[in-house]
Amino acid sequence: MTAWYEKTAHEIRDALRQGETTAVEITQNFLDRIDAVDKQVGAYLQIWNESALEQAVQIDARLANGEDVGPLAGVPMSLKDLFCTLRGNTTCASRMLANFESPYNATAVQRLEDAGAIFLGKVNLDEFAMGSSTENSAFQKTRNPWNLNCVPGGSSGGSAASVAADCCTFSLSSDTGGSIRQPASLCGCVGLKPTYGRVSRKGQVAFASSLDQIGPMCKDVEDAALVLNVICGKDPLDATTADLPVPNFSKALTGDVKGLRIGLPKEYFTESLNPEMRALIEQAIDVLKGQGAEFMEVSLPHTDYAVAVYYIICTAEASANLARFDGVRYGFRHPDAKNIQELYVKSKSEGFGPEVQRRIMLGTYVLSSGYYDAYYLKAQKVRSLIKQDFDRAFEQCDVILTPTSPTQAFQFGAKTDPLEMYLSDIYTISTNLAALPGISLPCGLTKDKLPAGLQLIGKPFDEAAILRTAHCYEQNRGFDMGKAPIA
Amino acid sequence: MSKITKEDVIYVASLAQLELDEAAQERLVHEMGDVINYMDKLNALDTDQVEPMMHALRMTNVLREDVVGESLSREAALKNAPKHDDEYFIVPKILENDNA
Repeated sequence: MTAWYEKTAHEIRDALRQGETTAVEITQNFLDRIDAVDKQVGAYLQIWNESALEQAVQIDARLANGEDVGPLAGVPMSLKDLFCTLRGNTTCASRMLANFESPYNATAVQRLEDAGAIFLGKVNLDEFAMGSSTENSAFQKTRNPWNLNCVPGGSSGGSAASVAADCCTFSLSSDTGGSIRQPASLCGCVGLKPTYGRVSRKGQVAFASSLDQIGPMCKDVEDAALVLNVICGKDPLDATTADLPVPNFSKALTGDVKGLRIGLPKEYFTESLNPEMRALIEQAIDVLKGQGAEFMEVSLPHTDYAVAVYYIICTAEASANLARFDGVRYGFRHPDAKNIQELYVKSKSEGFGPEVQRRIMLGTYVLSSGYYDAYYLKAQKVRSLIKQDFDRAFEQCDVILTPTSPTQAFQFGAKTDPLEMYLSDIYTISTNLAALPGISLPCGLTKDKLPAGLQLIGKPFDEAAILRTAHCYEQNRGFDMGKAPIA
Repeated sequence: MSKITKEDVIYVASLAQLELDEAAQERLVHEMGDVINYMDKLNALDTDQVEPMMHALRMTNVLREDVVGESLSREAALKNAPKHDDEYFIVPKILENDNA
């Protein structure tokens, strides 16, 4: 019997259209896989066995009728539990929303369903997407399928682990400062953060509204293009979606990078980059050189300020966004509250975990009277400088190549200091601050047999260029990443 | 030297509507202090002539036709409320009976 769970979305799509199998057989195969390995990995918070099989039955019936079933018909996938879904609960891995049942689907979720995707369930994350290791989930630990003693990264750790463990073909994720790309790097997946405004955020529970963006976590670049085609585009329910034509991203994967100018920012290739990571990145550069890409040094002079800017802006926006969880209309309400003030205070203090409270505190501080100009306004100004750095660099080059993460996957409990954890996002957050598209893809294994990732950053709305470059590298890198060593 | 005092933590917690026990207050004095100290590196930059980036994309006046569409039913809007009747969210008394 074919192990469908090892296949990509495009392979499953093709097999179904050619009548090699049924959506029910494929879906059952994934459910069996989840049953066999997810106890070790802990990626799933909810497994939707019944509704997944019902969806598959419908796809098979429509295929039998010769209907157009959509570009992801019969493809089983997982959803980060940050997206509102009519099925199941939408928890954000928080006690605050443990029993929340959304009355609507997020736009991206609805588009996936309309395209025929099969929802296997919802996967773990750092509470409200705040973290870089998924250790901040209120519910469970998710382990890295490459080494069960290591974290999968975060905040989309459940997404990355479910893809790496073959417990789905792809996962719908979100990225505020690296939450798709860093776990993709740590788990050996392909993770794409589109340009801000490319994908509707309607129904994504908001963390930092000027930085959040939805994207896919996949097994290969072709799948990333395929999923992006489905989820992107203008949405009347999200006024920040760009009213721009949407290319067919699959057609961007031409395999041709001859003459493509790739910039290497000197501020990313300093002594602080782990030598082993650097060697793997340099091998990847050689592969792309061999395909005719031209490399040049570029400068992003304000790189060193990005983490400070990011943690001012994201905590400020988070403190405003999370104020809605007051125990009145939805979410946790403390049973002992005697008056309305106590209801707010006790519900928040009990409903939110330590990292969420820390970020609300930092955000409240930087927005508070007397500090607004010194922190929030200052950060918005330096954000402009960071954006201008990229604008200048992109006058010289078409794509920028960097490492995704300064390190390989680390062990549970290795980073207990919040600031140290925040610094694990140094290579990814500038992309969010400048609202650019970025993709992380695997570029080899370290001596500890853990994946390393490289990041490609594109001009605004030029996902096509980074997908084309990523695909060309993936097709020519000359080695197979292999599978994560779980049963 | 931490820039954040215990009084700061207590004041910010009151703004944020959070109730922190003694240990959490102590922890946050250090954790917030470390992060705020780190953020102060931005002071090295002269930004007097720099416009703040207020939005991720330059967009102005995103408008749509004002047409009646579907909205959430009252039942759907109320179903997640910890306490409600057929029409309203219910909360504890807002005004105490102390001749206020």
